[in-house]
Amino acid sequence: MTRWLIGRTAQAAITFLVAAVLMFFLMRLTPGDPLARLMGDRPMTSEEVATLRGLYGLDQPLPSQFTRFVAGLAQGDLGTSIEYRTPVTTLIRQRLPASLLLGGTVLLLNFTLGVWLGALQAVRLGKPLDRWLSTISLAGFAVPSFWLGLILAWLVGIKWQLLPALGMIDPLLPASAGLGARSLDIARHLILPAFTLSVVSIAATMRYQRTAMIDALREPYVRTARAKGLSERRVIWRHAWRTSLFPVITLFGLWLPIVVTGSVFVEHVFNWPGLGSLTAKAISGRDYPVIMGASLLAASLVVGGGWLTDVAYAALDPRTRRAQ
Amino acid sequence: MSDHRGLLEVVDLVKHFRTTGLFRTTASPVRAVDGVSFTIAQGETLGLVGESGCGKSTVGRTILRLEEPTGGSVQFEGHDIFSLTPSELRTLRRRMQIVFQDPYGSLNPRMRVGRAVAEGIEIHRLAPRAEIPERVGSLLAEVGLDPDAAERYPHEFSGGQRQRIGIARALAVEPVFLVCDEPVSSLDVSVQAQVVNLLAELQRARGLSLLFIAHDLAIVRQLAQRTLVMYLGRVVETAPTESLLATPRHPYTQALISAAPEPDPTVTRSRIVLGGEPPSPSAPPSGCAFHPRCFHPKKDTRCQRERPELRQVGDSAAACHHAE
Repeated sequence: MTRWLIGRTAQAAITFLVAAVLMFFLMRLTPGDPLARLMGDRPMTSEEVATLRGLYGLDQPLPSQFTRFVAGLAQGDLGTSIEYRTPVTTLIRQRLPASLLLGGTVLLLNFTLGVWLGALQAVRLGKPLDRWLSTISLAGFAVPSFWLGLILAWLVGIKWQLLPALGMIDPLLPASAGLGARSLDIARHLILPAFTLSVVSIAATMRYQRTAMIDALREPYVRTARAKGLSERRVIWRHAWRTSLFPVITLFGLWLPIVVTGSVFVEHVFNWPGLGSLTAKAISGRDYPVIMGASLLAASLVVGGGWLTDVAYAALDPRTRRAQ
Repeated sequence: MSDHRGLLEVVDLVKHFRTTGLFRTTASPVRAVDGVSFTIAQGETLGLVGESGCGKSTVGRTILRLEEPTGGSVQFEGHDIFSLTPSELRTLRRRMQIVFQDPYGSLNPRMRVGRAVAEGIEIHRLAPRAEIPERVGSLLAEVGLDPDAAERYPHEFSGGQRQRIGIARALAVEPVFLVCDEPVSSLDVSVQAQVVNLLAELQRARGLSLLFIAHDLAIVRQLAQRTLVMYLGRVVETAPTESLLATPRHPYTQALISAAPEPDPTVTRSRIVLGGEPPSPSAPPSGCAFHPRCFHPKKDTRCQRERPELRQVGDSAAACHHAE
């Protein structure tokens, strides 16, 4: 088990490094100049441009830019944003809480509501409830998130004025407002983006859980459980559902990155002050350090999510868990 | 036949499976069990034999209502099994248990053996909570397993040991009637004898009534006082086991017996080899379902037209027009 764990961890580290190298060079191979936006703001002499290039290390050959980046990374330094002139780590730290809140809410909804509805569908396989839930969830899955976001922002936020459609905090909230009022304000802002992201992602969880549960309900040991004289509820939730959760763990690992990166589109549409909208702006301005920082964070979550899934599998399944 | 009061009385049991095709919602049903009647007396062991697909396992499951019946009735200790409400049925499951064919799939892989055995005791409140571990320990000892088996998972055991766990699990609720659904057919021959001996011992010690389903007449011979032979969902012959083996009346029974291996190499027998495959149970042949494969010298057109009813011939009851 220990050897396996070390091997799996090393594999994750290598994957992360390969991703980092690829991102670093691919980004610089795509057309565009990080200084273009700065030059657009005000005309600069070629000397000024050269100074700026030197400042950000853009005049160096690619390999030495890379070694500089890796050396910084080793010290926890992701460089300085060209557009904001702030350290990338500071930017990420500022944007992270909003993304954690949105992504965490969506993940929570996915793995409570999605898992429950999917299991329920399997129990009612072929019945109207199953068919309706399938239709609704697949329709949600088929809708592009930015389209749904725009429609909801316009309809609920602007036309009906039921919920705030932009940002995370009401700028008109008095400074004296208490913790309760502030939390309520954030919660109201959270509803539309969280709903949009959940609607377009919950179908995957439901489908996964439904299939896993259908398989589990057909297992011979479920018949054994019935033969024991257990109540149908206990047969379904204790024996079948518990086993059916294992395939869903895989999905959890895959969804984990959305906790932080959220959806670039949805954050952009609702002007949610998270990492997604930061990344979107950085990409359009070719702000290399910010793109790199955000991508590395996403990559580490993808790799970390996969690692966590495998470890959870090994720890939870008595058949893969070693006795010693 | 038996002058004991019947513990279990099965009358005209029918179980059809509807198959659904891609373009048709209902094809002609599979007649897995098509009018089977028998009784089992207190403390009696009834053997049920036939080739794969003849419906014998379906009989076992349907009389316990692990499958919903299509027709017929089952009386068990004066209860009409098919008209019980779900909660009445669960209560009665304590009295009637089943040992499944597949010792690998029929135990929940994520449940420790002790928990699997204890669950029935808990549900039916057969012992105070504090005494349950002791009960589990003595049940495991009774089936020949170490008491520390309770702490282990099913995958840590061999097939024979798992079947012992399955038996302990079934006996945990102190049933009076046990269906053994081919309990040894997936085990090694050397292990088969051990498990059969164990079942014989337990039956004597606990005064159980058994329905022992098998395709091997040699095993049924060791356990069953009376034996039922099924072909294509119907009973073709029933007799005290010894007379069935000595003077089989139905040609199908004769063929089955001739197929059983003979341990004495000096005995020469002519093996009856049946032509063709067993017909499809969704389109059984007219008249006597066995007639296309029958080798009886007196076989005639009546066999094709008229379905033979079970009738008394000597010690046996056989469904053959030419049983004499």
